[in-house]
Amino acid sequence: MNHLLSWIIWLPILGMVSIAFVPRDKSEVIKKIAAVFSGLQLLLAIYLWRIFDASNGTFQFMERAEWIPSFNITYILGVDGLSLPMVFLMALIGFIGVFVSWNIDKAVKGYFSLFLLLNTGVMGVFLSLDFFLFYIFWEVMLLPMYFLIGIWGGPQREYAAIKFFLYTLFGSVLMLIAILALYFTCGNTFDMLVLIDTAPTALNGMLWWGMSAIKVIWVLLFIGFAIKVPVFPFHTWLPLAHVEAPTAISVILAGVLLKLGVYGILRVNYNMLPDGVFWFAGALAVLGLINVIWGAMCALAQTDLKKLVAYSSVNHMGYTLIGMAAVIAASEMNGENLISAQAGLGGAVFQMFNHGTISAMLFILVGVIYDRAHHRDIEGFGGLASQMPIYTAFVAIAFFAGLGLPGFSGFISEAMIFIGAFPIFKTVVIISTLGILLNAAYFLWAFQRMFFGPANEKYNDIPEINKRELFTVIPLAVITLVLGVYPRPFLDLIAATLNVLIESVVSYGGLAAAM
Amino acid sequence: MSNLNSLAHFWPELILTVTVLIAIIADLFYRREDSYKVAWWILGGLALTLFSIRIGGSLISSLFMGTIAIDPFSEFFKVLILLSTTLVILMSFNSKELKDYRVGEYFSILGIMAFGLFLMVSAIDILMLYIAIEIVSIMSFFLAGYLKKKPESNEASLKYVIYGAFSSGIMLYGLSILFGLTGTTKFFEMQTAIASLGSDSSLALLLAVVFILVGFGYKISAVPFHFWTPDVYEGSPTTITAYLSVAPKAAGFAMLIRFFNQVLGDGSAMTSSTWLALNGIPWPQLIAVLAAATMTVGNLVAIQQKSVKRMLAYSSIAHAGYMMMALPLMSESGIYSIMMYLTMYLFMNLGAFYVVIYVEGTSGGESFEDFNGLGWKMPFVGGVMTLFMVALTGLPPTAGFIGKFYIFAAVIEAGSQYYWLAFVGVLNSVISLYYYIRVVKHMYLIGERSETVEIPSSKLVIALLLFLAIPTFVFGWYFSPVVNWISESLVIFNGM
Repeated sequence: MNHLLSWIIWLPILGMVSIAFVPRDKSEVIKKIAAVFSGLQLLLAIYLWRIFDASNGTFQFMERAEWIPSFNITYILGVDGLSLPMVFLMALIGFIGVFVSWNIDKAVKGYFSLFLLLNTGVMGVFLSLDFFLFYIFWEVMLLPMYFLIGIWGGPQREYAAIKFFLYTLFGSVLMLIAILALYFTCGNTFDMLVLIDTAPTALNGMLWWGMSAIKVIWVLLFIGFAIKVPVFPFHTWLPLAHVEAPTAISVILAGVLLKLGVYGILRVNYNMLPDGVFWFAGALAVLGLINVIWGAMCALAQTDLKKLVAYSSVNHMGYTLIGMAAVIAASEMNGENLISAQAGLGGAVFQMFNHGTISAMLFILVGVIYDRAHHRDIEGFGGLASQMPIYTAFVAIAFFAGLGLPGFSGFISEAMIFIGAFPIFKTVVIISTLGILLNAAYFLWAFQRMFFGPANEKYNDIPEINKRELFTVIPLAVITLVLGVYPRPFLDLIAATLNVLIESVVSYGGLAAAM
Repeated sequence: MSNLNSLAHFWPELILTVTVLIAIIADLFYRREDSYKVAWWILGGLALTLFSIRIGGSLISSLFMGTIAIDPFSEFFKVLILLSTTLVILMSFNSKELKDYRVGEYFSILGIMAFGLFLMVSAIDILMLYIAIEIVSIMSFFLAGYLKKKPESNEASLKYVIYGAFSSGIMLYGLSILFGLTGTTKFFEMQTAIASLGSDSSLALLLAVVFILVGFGYKISAVPFHFWTPDVYEGSPTTITAYLSVAPKAAGFAMLIRFFNQVLGDGSAMTSSTWLALNGIPWPQLIAVLAAATMTVGNLVAIQQKSVKRMLAYSSIAHAGYMMMALPLMSESGIYSIMMYLTMYLFMNLGAFYVVIYVEGTSGGESFEDFNGLGWKMPFVGGVMTLFMVALTGLPPTAGFIGKFYIFAAVIEAGSQYYWLAFVGVLNSVISLYYYIRVVKHMYLIGERSETVEIPSSKLVIALLLFLAIPTFVFGWYFSPVVNWISESLVIFNGM
């Protein structure tokens, strides 16, 4: 297939157009169309995975087309070991999300149209290699997200939606300035491949108001991406948006949207401004640590199960940041510890993927109990294990995966991150292992309060998790377990690309001192 | 070119004049309820004018002894003016406010206003410039007060007259000082004269330029000369508000660009990089500060409005601010980006106002509450309004983003001394999201799905909304045609 990546991006839009022709009362048809198109997308993503050459660390399946030549804007797509797992994750979660949303009964047509539009936006960000295109996709996600939270969300949905919108827009306009600054300082191009080559040297020694241009652009881009991750102190939109959003949207938000931030930092900041990585790595590790501890502490204090899961995302993304910071271990001044850099960065990317599957699972399971009990108060349950045994088993899997128990994929990635970061950021790693403990504490405590103890009489007749819901959870649980015992396929997939990335970051390491 | 020879190149204006005269006479023969038919005469005349511009050839010269320029630059603005005049006339057919009045004169006055704007965008002589501004202003006073039974409309007109008279008085004073310094009224002769002025006259020059800037600032409603805008915009018929926020603003920018490049710039109109004879006075920075103030004030006040119409009025001040960011750059891409922004702005802003007119006609009000649940009741109108709001905020993939993108690109290209301006600009975009999305919130987040959906009963409404919405969307990702058009229009008559 020639335009494989274009198909993956634009299939949901085709689905959206098809939905437009269906009368709005035929909600079954609309749901089926959404399922078919995201199913096709998932098949293409799997196919892409199969034919992807993992030994090659460069971009593959490139597509290039003229767009607006007068401003050097081109339609460029490409996939590498960094974006491929994310594409697969989005396709999987997009497909599962359709089934999670099966119970939606308010304005079904609008819901699924926006849902598919969101899917296209996310895919576009992961696959585009032209900065202009990247930015358009990045922003295209915002409006559907606003509507999905604002119309189909919980009681505080209006506030949550606008807060999400304002926060992310604030981040992305800063990004726009950085993109334009890169455009004009690095030879008038939006082509990321060219920028990856030229940007690391083009900005050397350039000063803006006495500050190094590299640092300024780094920080602008970082804030833009950090809001998405979300990195402390830009995280306050997240718990609110998560709690108010409908289940499927929380799933997408935690499962994929948060990864956009990390992906952006790796793709743009790391690739184009390697000097800045050395300057910022320490701060990145500390921010990661704050995320870990702060997220865990907040999660511990929650009585709302969904909020607890939301804060666990803040906690989990913190590990990713620490792993990313470890990349500087490979530089000359840090002893050329390539293994450590590989472990750290590999762990970070793996953690991204694992958090995608695990948090998606967690949010789906929260949605399952909310659909039945119409509240999410942890204290309001008790002894659910006897009332819903199958559900309990899946929650147990999800919670254990979330707290990083060996045998689940989360353990591998967190271990890799710690191994990678330890040689350089000893203190950070030591303190953040405390996060693991807190992590276990809030999950286990919540589990105990909800599922053990005296059964709440009110829920004696609560229906067990149904087949549709199982269908959405099982694939995620399987992936978590399989990658937990045999992570090799995943790590092989990303290794070549990450080696290229590490090499490019490190080869500019010597310049950092000159800044 | 001598006066007689010039007439051969003055077809668009001549056609416009004849059209207006015919329309005024024709109006005498229509009964009151048929008076809207005058609009068809005007529309026909506008179409002929457009035609005559397009076949006019590519002559770049000055007419009437060097008082008026014809060049692709002015043709570009003339097309924008014709387009917005045509759209506003069509929009007026559905205006509920105008139903109670005889509207023959209304359309004729719009025609005269278009004529005045034509002169404004092509004047290269301060006398012609002043006459053009006065034609436009006086016609605007009429139109703002057209709803004579509505007190707000009368108030709008009166305020407009007072502010207008005051600012053009100051401007005239500035122009006369300039004349005194240079001994000429022609832009290019002024430019040479200013270049050779000694430093002892720099204070007089400063005064002159500040006073002239007051007049220009008033026209494009730049802070701190914006105080008339909200009241006038709110009191005027909404159609006129829409018109005032687009066409005179476009012409005002054309005039500013010409004046600053050709009188205060160093000659070669498009690439001038030095500001003449204003030793020690940081002109670019001053305009940059005005731009930042304009957008910030416009946005911050727009947040507090209760009426959508008034909100759009304040936000149009902010939009003037975005465009002003590109003025001090004195670069080709700066002028380019202003033209780009104006083109995009025309569609999205007229579109937003048209929806307000439509909602006024159906639910009777223009406050945010009148938009409650609109998206559910009227999916088509709600959908296009969402598009216009998103575009005005400047989010991709809409025309508004492309306009802003070009402005920011020009600002950043100009170098790091203007980065702060770009920051202020993007932060303002974020602020503007809050109040634009508020309209969307009222349309969709409040209210439930209704069993029956309404679509506008009038085909004209649907056609107009589509005509405004399609470019607003399509230019967001396919703007090569606009890019090419503007590139061709970027030729300013430079006195040679």
